[in-house]
Amino acid sequence: MSHSQKSDLFLLDQERTTWHDETLWFVRQKRDKAVYAVPEFQELRQLASDIKDHTLSRLHFYLQQFEENARRNGVHVHWAADADEHNRIVLDIIRSQGATRVVKSKSMLTEECHLNPHLIQHGVEVIDTDLGERIIQLRDEAPSHVVLPAIHLKKEDVGETFWQHLGTEKGLTDPQQLTEAARQHLREKFLAGEVAISGVNFAVAETGSVVVCTNEGNADLGVNLARVHIACMGMEKLIPRLSDLGVFTRLLTRSATGQPVTTYTSHFTRPAEGKEMHVVIVDNGRTKQLGRPDFRASLKCIRCGACMNTCPVYRRSGGHSYDFTIPGPIGAILSPNIDMKRHASLPFASTLCGSCTDVCPVKIDIHTQLYKWRQVLGQAGELPASKKWSMKLLSRVLARPGIFGAGGKMARHGLRFLPHGLTHAPGYNPWAIARELPAPPKQSFREWHAQTVK
Amino acid sequence: MKVALFLPCYIDQFYPQVGIATLQLLAKLGVRADFPQQQTCCGQPMANSGCETDAIPVYRHFVDTFRDYDYVVAPAGSCVYHVRKHFDIIEQTPQVQHVRTSTRELFDFIINVLGVTEIPGSFPHKVGLHLSCHGQRGLHQANESEMTPVRDGQLRRLLSSVQGLELTELDRNDECCGFGGTFCVSEAGISARMGQDRVQDHVRNGTRVLTGGDMSCLMHLEGIVRRQQLPVKVLHAVEILNGAVV
Repeated sequence: MSHSQKSDLFLLDQERTTWHDETLWFVRQKRDKAVYAVPEFQELRQLASDIKDHTLSRLHFYLQQFEENARRNGVHVHWAADADEHNRIVLDIIRSQGATRVVKSKSMLTEECHLNPHLIQHGVEVIDTDLGERIIQLRDEAPSHVVLPAIHLKKEDVGETFWQHLGTEKGLTDPQQLTEAARQHLREKFLAGEVAISGVNFAVAETGSVVVCTNEGNADLGVNLARVHIACMGMEKLIPRLSDLGVFTRLLTRSATGQPVTTYTSHFTRPAEGKEMHVVIVDNGRTKQLGRPDFRASLKCIRCGACMNTCPVYRRSGGHSYDFTIPGPIGAILSPNIDMKRHASLPFASTLCGSCTDVCPVKIDIHTQLYKWRQVLGQAGELPASKKWSMKLLSRVLARPGIFGAGGKMARHGLRFLPHGLTHAPGYNPWAIARELPAPPKQSFREWHAQTVK
Repeated sequence: MKVALFLPCYIDQFYPQVGIATLQLLAKLGVRADFPQQQTCCGQPMANSGCETDAIPVYRHFVDTFRDYDYVVAPAGSCVYHVRKHFDIIEQTPQVQHVRTSTRELFDFIINVLGVTEIPGSFPHKVGLHLSCHGQRGLHQANESEMTPVRDGQLRRLLSSVQGLELTELDRNDECCGFGGTFCVSEAGISARMGQDRVQDHVRNGTRVLTGGDMSCLMHLEGIVRRQQLPVKVLHAVEILNGAVV
């Protein structure tokens, strides 16, 4: 299904759409408040953008530097070309420990690689330990947002899910009580965890350490209780120096939720005595994106989700309408790189209003890239035939003033004299489903001008 | 100063009064603008649909039409933005470069080329200003809420100088209306919902006349206002500044 078909389903529940829009707009407003309070915020964005541009321009150097320093710290470093290799490496590490119980803290990369089904299929229990991730894992759903994975659900939905899976009282909707139930449930899982998997927000090349930002502290709890820590990261997560980190931590959470900083900013540099630490560095299409000059900057993304919160289309269509691990505007410029045919409708799921670009803490020109992906899709023949041919026809009309004038007149007169039911039939005029067409005037401007102005 | 008026196709056919008001307002400010009859379109509908290469003959036609003018003025920020930003795929001859830089949005032209910051007049109504994204974010004609809480901009200032005119304070000052060119039909459901939400913001906060600098946004919003039979009148800002009476 295309994005517009999925959105139409989402829009059927008008009240829920209103709630979804307002909830995310509230997050956007929290972000605004936090941003306005930092006078140098725009300079910080520029600095972050410059650091990321620089890092991407010599990624091979920083990747090697990171690997060397991490190894020196006693960390095992693995390289995965794609999702399959990543999943294989993680499973091998778990098996080499004879482990079957894994706790995981938030990682969009492992979602992208579909790690959970792979592990479960091979007899490993994997528990997502972020509250939102755990909720959608129990419901067997994909995240609908990169920072707020269960934002499509109301507390009533969570109550229902916990009643079914955690044995809470039926009809429980009190957030405090629901969270407490999840806490008790997860504590057992933490204590039993043999291997902890985490994502990576930033990997510091000069120290070889990885930094994980969470609000729930679940990454720390998982990693410190388990024997083995596996940190999975996309290869674009690097920053050169530890001193660069402050630029990003100041931007990340302000942009994401309006907090000055995450509750926990955890640095993992070396394994504790008697324990193991692994880092898996994943390509999975990133090199290809790096090789596309128009789209390279998408790799600067720090996964704050601000472009989703601000996007008027995302807020009214929900994350699942994008059918890609990373939804929203950023997902719409990352997804065609992975599978152009499957995600051909996503760059069109935008009015190109540009709010995503203005809100992006690392200044990715998201709406310009959406425009450029449309051109790539057009060239690759991925547009619907009706669109392709109507645009060719339109081009011929618009390059010929005579035909253009006559065509416009015909349309206007058609609208004037044809019955309303015909011109506004929703079956073939999608404009008219919710809107009236303009009331056609007797005379066009050019007719008036030719007659009046000498 | 040789000035041409460029009118987007839908204004030409459906909103001739906007073109007339533009000519008249410019005349009051001492500018006699020509209307080259061979003009058609900026090519944006094709380009935004992913058919940029199909738009090339239209871009060339645009440049040929307007190359001999000092300024090309249009009451449509979106088209101006397209000419300035996206005419980069044709060969950048001196004519192309000239047309790109001299194509100006009407109110930008009035303020920054003519140096006019106040237009005398009276319009005793509660007016809601819809910011077009391409004018605001693309041409930087107004502050963006992503950057600053200060609501300021070219059109806001011009309208504020009109006697009796009271501007609506919206809950969301600069959210997109959802028109989006072909988006309005290819994603008709979302487009309509966005427009309905925008209109509701205006109604909730007391707008009686909804205005803006881009007739494409306004055509979409007017379509919703008329379908829902709301007591809101939709006018292009040039009509207000040219002394419209409602």
